[in-house]
Amino acid sequence: MLTLGVESSCDETSVSVVRDGKTVLSNVVLSQIDIHQAYGGVVPEIASREHVKGITYVFDQAMKQAQVQYQDIDLIAVTEGPGLIGSLLIGVNAAKVVAMNYGIPLVGVHHIAGHIYANNIEHDMEFPLLALVVSGGHTELVLMNDHYEFEKLGETQDDAVGEAYDKIARVLGLPYPGGPQVDKRAKEGKPVLDFPRPMIDSKDFNFSFSGLKSHVINLHHNMVQRHEEIIVDDFCASFQDAITDVLVKKTLEASKQYDVKQVIVAGGVAANKGLREKMSKTITHVPVYFPHIKYCTDNAAMIAVAGTFQYLKTHQASDMYLNGSSRLDLTLGA
Amino acid sequence: MQKTLTVRSLSEMDRFAKQIAAHLFPGAIIGLKGELGSGKTTLTKYLARHLGIQETVNSPTFTILKDYRGLLPLYHMDVYRLEGIGYDYELDDFIYGQGVSVIEWFPYISEMLPEHILEIEILGQNDQVRTIHVKGEGPYETIVQTLSD
Repeated sequence: MLTLGVESSCDETSVSVVRDGKTVLSNVVLSQIDIHQAYGGVVPEIASREHVKGITYVFDQAMKQAQVQYQDIDLIAVTEGPGLIGSLLIGVNAAKVVAMNYGIPLVGVHHIAGHIYANNIEHDMEFPLLALVVSGGHTELVLMNDHYEFEKLGETQDDAVGEAYDKIARVLGLPYPGGPQVDKRAKEGKPVLDFPRPMIDSKDFNFSFSGLKSHVINLHHNMVQRHEEIIVDDFCASFQDAITDVLVKKTLEASKQYDVKQVIVAGGVAANKGLREKMSKTITHVPVYFPHIKYCTDNAAMIAVAGTFQYLKTHQASDMYLNGSSRLDLTLGA
Repeated sequence: MQKTLTVRSLSEMDRFAKQIAAHLFPGAIIGLKGELGSGKTTLTKYLARHLGIQETVNSPTFTILKDYRGLLPLYHMDVYRLEGIGYDYELDDFIYGQGVSVIEWFPYISEMLPEHILEIEILGQNDQVRTIHVKGEGPYETIVQTLSD
């Protein structure tokens, strides 16, 4: 079964061809990072325009690299949401055009389902499975008892992990995107600053990072006013230590409570080295998997994989009224 | 019309939100101002609850907009990243739509907002007592009038 995946929820335009929800024949990603860097974050209107400019090229490249024809495609999977509404619409409409033109069934895929299924490319998923989803817009623990059955155990009550990273990086004067920068600098520093670990002992699986973010920003502000020396590496190390402590502890507890067979980490922040190390060191009773770095950031291969399993499970295709959505419930996923 | 209120606790913030939510109407726009950690998102959570929204309301920073369904649709926006850009046509359909828009950092997009909105400024951070300035003319005057400490 050949699936064509399309992803345009934020600032990457991507098209991919995947065989049987496993083998990636092509995964073309056109990133807009350079363009948004000047603004310290993704600007929605600019993102949409860039998607329009790039999407035809990305489709062509993905088909060429996979050495297949549209007639060979069995399913088209496109990110339906959540994401920037104008960006999503470009991918959704391009996918509809191809689906309608060649009479190929079309499915709308939840972006987070995509991040979770990115893991299936290298490791078969075994259930029950626990997924920690961490990205610029998401922080949640998801339990899966079977393919395409998502149960949200908990989520952030305010900021997402990636968002906290970006804001801290901005205050520390590090370039956008801030996450990888903080991760890199953290390696050079020592976690000597005592930052709070919000909700680490709460008995649920929810998170909160807004208070930690404010704490770090306030301390930085006060030190600047007192003309104290700011060691950026130590700020990064201390912040990263606090945030990964919370993520790892809650993931460990959930993995035991629900007696899962494997733990997977998904989303852009899954590329964070500090998180990878602490997670692998702390959770040892079951395998912990991270997607390959190239499948951590937004890409269409993960959407093709998720879409394949979604279609196999539900046998339901979307109609041509499929639309983008800024917010979408994963648990209603299929 | 303007009023200044003091909010000493989360439950008082909840009560403040309840008073506002009671008078909201389709198309209402609330602009929020205040430093990081002042409680803009917290206030929005309470507003959402009083609009009958059950789901978790969390930061919309990444996607700039999150929409929720309650007694009225709620469009929660954080336009912090639009500083110096000022306009984003993608938000138009929501701001001029039939729901309630709550816009964090609204001064950054003041040029795309209508003449009248309900302005709420929160002063104070972390564990401090909050001072809240509320300003509203036209259709928002009644909301400000009925507010009390």
